[in-house]
Amino acid sequence: MAIRERALLGVLILATSMAVVTTIGIVAAILVESLRFFSIIDPSSFFFGTLWSPQIAIREDQAGAAGSFGFIPLLVGTLLITLISLAVAVPMGLAIAVYLSEFASSRTRGQIKPILEILAGIPTIVYGFFALVTLSPILRDLGAELGVEVAGESALAAGLVMGMMLIPFIASLSEDALFAVPDSLRHGAIGLGSTQLEATARVIIPASLPGIAAGILLASSRAIGETMIVVMAAGIAAHLTINPLEAVTTVTVQIVTLLIGDQEFDDPKTLAAFALGLSLFALTLVLNIIALHIVKRYRQSYE
Amino acid sequence: MSTHLQKRYRRQRWFVAVSRVTILLALLFLVGLIVSIVGRGWSGFFRGEVQITVALPETVLENSGKVRASVYKKLIHKALLTDFEQHGITDAGSLENIIGFQGALKLRQLVRKDPDSIGRTITTWLPAGKFADGYLKGDLSTQTLVELQVEPDLIRYFEILDRSNKGRMVFNWSFFTLGDSSQPDTAGIGGALAGSFYMLLLTFVLSFPTAILAAVYLELFAPKNRWFDLVEININNLAAVPSIIFGLLGLAVFINLMGVPRSTPLVGGMVLALMTLPTIVISARAAIKAVPETLLAGAMSLGATRMQGVFHHVLPAAMPGVLTGTIIGMAQALGETAPLILIGMVAFIHHIPAGPMEAATALPVQIYLWADNPLRGFAERSAAAIMVLLAFLMIMNISAVLLRKKLEVKW
Repeated sequence: MAIRERALLGVLILATSMAVVTTIGIVAAILVESLRFFSIIDPSSFFFGTLWSPQIAIREDQAGAAGSFGFIPLLVGTLLITLISLAVAVPMGLAIAVYLSEFASSRTRGQIKPILEILAGIPTIVYGFFALVTLSPILRDLGAELGVEVAGESALAAGLVMGMMLIPFIASLSEDALFAVPDSLRHGAIGLGSTQLEATARVIIPASLPGIAAGILLASSRAIGETMIVVMAAGIAAHLTINPLEAVTTVTVQIVTLLIGDQEFDDPKTLAAFALGLSLFALTLVLNIIALHIVKRYRQSYE
Repeated sequence: MSTHLQKRYRRQRWFVAVSRVTILLALLFLVGLIVSIVGRGWSGFFRGEVQITVALPETVLENSGKVRASVYKKLIHKALLTDFEQHGITDAGSLENIIGFQGALKLRQLVRKDPDSIGRTITTWLPAGKFADGYLKGDLSTQTLVELQVEPDLIRYFEILDRSNKGRMVFNWSFFTLGDSSQPDTAGIGGALAGSFYMLLLTFVLSFPTAILAAVYLELFAPKNRWFDLVEININNLAAVPSIIFGLLGLAVFINLMGVPRSTPLVGGMVLALMTLPTIVISARAAIKAVPETLLAGAMSLGATRMQGVFHHVLPAAMPGVLTGTIIGMAQALGETAPLILIGMVAFIHHIPAGPMEAATALPVQIYLWADNPLRGFAERSAAAIMVLLAFLMIMNISAVLLRKKLEVKW
């Protein structure tokens, strides 16, 4: 009996270690391929290069035969779209969270929350489709009306739709943070004569700020790693620009573009996708770790 | 004093109003999203049909088993021309716009099923060609056709079809059974549905047991030390890793290193299983945590070992929560696109896969492929496929909610 239980315990440990093995697998896979990439391409020309054009040369001795792998335009494009999406999602998500948690009746809450959950459950490919076939043409027409030129695949369209996708995410994380603030703080502030809005703005939001900040960090990490919306609605060609009306490309778009055909594993083009993956993984990991750390510490402080 | 107080309250009313407008905006966006997709996609579920009276001369169809579809097309076009003469139509441009290749295939099928019809003249409904299809479904109005510079006689013929009830709209069942195609009117989601089905099945089989065992270990057996913290951080982080990274893992490890065949539901299911694993672990842990400790203590005090107490009492009590989390994880996996693109599930595959080892595509990838296809008619297919995907997700989420309501035990 004891042996069987011991074996079962072994199985449990094995199952648990799958998650660790996955992480190790991810890190090892992208690290190995990235190192192979950096043995062909100089790391400094990757991380500081401002030109991204990974074409294959027709002749071996052609100038720039290996293509040009400058990471900066992709990073700027990614951050531009992320910023646009946060500019939409943070104020809207926060307003919704504060309203639902501090002002709305429980009936209203019960009606609004499922609808937000629907928004959160829609696959990103659907958002991408909407950005591509509906929002982009609207923006282009609107731009033409106002006399400004909006690219067919503008950063604005991708960012706006991504912001809409992030609203329920930020709203629900911020609501959790607001909910964790003990009622004694609310009662204290209102007892001292502040209106409900003043209590919220000066006491409750500051008290839940770490949780809200963590939510925003997690949302940025999602925006940076989001793929389908930008693959469908942002551009493929890399332009180094911060004009939201122009087409930009992102790290994830380039990973998809580089790997969509048949892959040769000794081609710098294929390996470049892994170097991009490594950068993406590192960037999102740092954001996630900080955010999860804040959430954990903050939760303990009120418990 | 009182005006100051009024000002403070006015500010509060302002905030409430602005918040309500924000919620309204989010709702409007959701409505706009759905309206734009349904408005574009509904016609993908229908197709136009044209009634035609066609002669099937013996001389041409003698060896009916071997006659090519193009021969039937010629017969159809001959019949159309006869009909044109009656209505005084002279120049209607390409007849493919009225009944095309699809119609010829259908006619061939009819004749093969009923060889006696050879030598006679039959009246039958055939799938409409490109412009006729759009016209009969209301996608292309007369005005749009004029703008597309279609021959005026063709438009006149469409109107005649309408008036004499020789055009109709039928439900397009073949959209669910056909595989992908290079032409929108013969493209269906049958292959993508099969691919997604095999993949989800595999994802479930791989991730569900693993996740439950891991959750049981972490909640009820694991010593709370530094290793525990590390594993916990690791799982929480894994749940937040961008999905495209899992695609890179699948490409480098499963395909390149382990030699799992590319583009198959097998490798897709493996990648999605790793991706859903942390999601299910997290919700399963929450469900196990919600079961009161007294249940385990009670079982053990009656002589059960800890293992027996966990697997016979705690886990069954936590099952509704675990299943709810699993369904939500599966729904996420069903809508996931990016990692599947990297492992080659974007290849054009016409046939419907018969098993998880055959190259296939998945429903969201099919949506992506069609949305990207510049050919007229594919965007509509893409929107229709989105409607199917959303319907599946809705069913899954509603069943998760019902399951939770029905089986949940309040402790």
